Amino acid sequence: MATTAHREPVAPAGTPALGAADRLGLYEHMLLMRRVEEKGLSLYKQGKIPGSFYDGRGQEAIGVGATWALAAADVVCSPLIRDLGAHLVRGTDLASIFAHYMGRENELSHGREGNVHFGDRRLGVVGMVSMLPDMMVVACGCALSFRMRGEDRCALTFFGDGATSRGDWHEAMNWAAVDALPVVFVMENNHFAYSTPGSKQFKVDPIERAAGYGIASDSVDGNDPEAVFAAVHRARARGLEGGGPTLIEAVTMRMHGHGAHDSAEYAADLVAEWAERDPLDRYRTLLEADGLDPEPVAAAVEERIAAAVAAALAAPLPDPASAASGVFATGEPEPLGPGRAPWSGYREP
Amino acid sequence: MAVETYLEAITHALAQEMERDERVMLMGEDIGSFGGAFKATYGLSEKFGAARVRDTPIAEAGIVGTAVGAAITGMRPVCEMQFADFVACAFDQIVNVAAKMHYRLGLAVPLTIRLPSGGGFAGGPFHSQNPEAWFMHAPGLKVFAPSTPRDAAGLLCTAIRDPNPVIFMENKSLYRRAKEEVPEVVEEIAPEAKVVREGEDLTVVAYGAMVGAALAAAEASGRSVEVIDLRTLVPLDLRTVMDSVAKTSRLLVVDEANETCAAGAQVAAAVGEHGFELLDAPVRRLATPDVPIPFSPPLEAAVLPGVESITKAIDELADY
Repeated sequence: MATTAHREPVAPAGTPALGAADRLGLYEHMLLMRRVEEKGLSLYKQGKIPGSFYDGRGQEAIGVGATWALAAADVVCSPLIRDLGAHLVRGTDLASIFAHYMGRENELSHGREGNVHFGDRRLGVVGMVSMLPDMMVVACGCALSFRMRGEDRCALTFFGDGATSRGDWHEAMNWAAVDALPVVFVMENNHFAYSTPGSKQFKVDPIERAAGYGIASDSVDGNDPEAVFAAVHRARARGLEGGGPTLIEAVTMRMHGHGAHDSAEYAADLVAEWAERDPLDRYRTLLEADGLDPEPVAAAVEERIAAAVAAALAAPLPDPASAASGVFATGEPEPLGPGRAPWSGYREP
Repeated sequence: MAVETYLEAITHALAQEMERDERVMLMGEDIGSFGGAFKATYGLSEKFGAARVRDTPIAEAGIVGTAVGAAITGMRPVCEMQFADFVACAFDQIVNVAAKMHYRLGLAVPLTIRLPSGGGFAGGPFHSQNPEAWFMHAPGLKVFAPSTPRDAAGLLCTAIRDPNPVIFMENKSLYRRAKEEVPEVVEEIAPEAKVVREGEDLTVVAYGAMVGAALAAAEASGRSVEVIDLRTLVPLDLRTVMDSVAKTSRLLVVDEANETCAAGAQVAAAVGEHGFELLDAPVRRLATPDVPIPFSPPLEAAVLPGVESITKAIDELADY
């Protein structure tokens, strides 16, 4: 029986050479995610963020590394609660994110949604729903229209190990394979779905199921942003060449409970073990060993967060009179944008 | 202008919209060269190509979810559920993903989902249901339920051009039975109810296959009965209903769907709340009782409303 509980990740081959700007950019966005979520947790504990709070501590390399490999016109459908980094790489406005967290007026959700349930249409990012993995299927539809119109665009979707138990996972995998859709399926295997370990979730390791669907697969160290980047880079190229979807497994471990309310005692040993592989510490050490200085990047992150929090706290709470508006769209729909790409993502050399 | 069946009018409208707008695409099980279980898409694959008339895997959640993805990236998908009953498999994608997307994210989902619905031909519990009320209860969805070929064609154009997800009920018993002249160029129809028979004594509100039954019952009763075809359930045109009740002071609401929380229950509640002083008798409802639709014809006939039971209800209400 194959389970993923303590399997060592497999190192990928064929990593495109990343220059200093890209590597510092990866670090910057991982650090930004870490610090935004630390600040968010603090605001939550102060009672400034209602509801609950979910973070992706320990999984920053996945959302950041994966989306770094996308072109501006590609879509992300959708980043999940561990993937704030994907939103940050795509260029989502920081002050809007904090205002959204706090249920204040903001251009992303206008207070109708909370935690990491948001997306910026203009940046080609669709907000997640709580039922996983529903958005995998929607990503297939995005890829389908790109193919029908002959556009060189792909769709990338995130999901966790637990999501592989639901029927929508199968429908998406099967459909994408049948129609050879340019979809990149990124499975974040963080060993637990809430409190349920992989051993109670599946008999066959999900990455092994890819072959059963007739699609390519790749298992990488989910705590290594360059490994995740490389896997998505390969998968994207395969999809655009007509080679169909790819299932990527990014092996990782979350460093917090499912949400701020969860002490994660059920996973204490694994948390301790994986804390030694913190993606930020590891990458910073690697960059410094290669003669790069991440310090200026780190200082800039702190300044951006301070400014964003101040702006978000100044945002008004939504007008209660607006609660029932916007249920229906009017006029010509504005589809997902081809991306404005204010971010400095990877460019083919 | 040619005489068309309800089914031909649907095909006509689909073809026209595909001709008119290259973003319109069809998705469903067996809808390609086979033309669909009821042949609503027959000939369209040959005319517009298999890429735009897509045979899909048997995956209702997949059909709707994929259509949502296509819709938010600039297409105008029209999904066919082979039978309305099967839409239960796609429920989550419809109510949680499609319906809420504009409210949550400001992202419009121009999507039409066609549901061949209704009983009366020994289809049994999984080929006879009328699930429209499930979707009336999910904010963000429109629900259309035309009863005539002309309305079916026009409202289908309205649905396809609408920037929102629309659940489009097609009562199967109308497919080949309902016939009338349909204009060659089909125009959009505003989502409003229609008075289809004028009368003074009593108002009957119905939609879908029950409109024809209500008209026949009105005729059989020999009374001055006004019949209103709701045509769309979301939006629900209560103004037309209220105007009629102001005139007749008696209301009978007929649903082919199961009784509890049916579309007619909403009409009855609204008239009870806002039209109490207009009434000379309690609002009367007639619907399929809360049972699955049985297979055997005498059992099925025992639960579905029909001309006979509607006529009886008209007589009782008029004599109240």
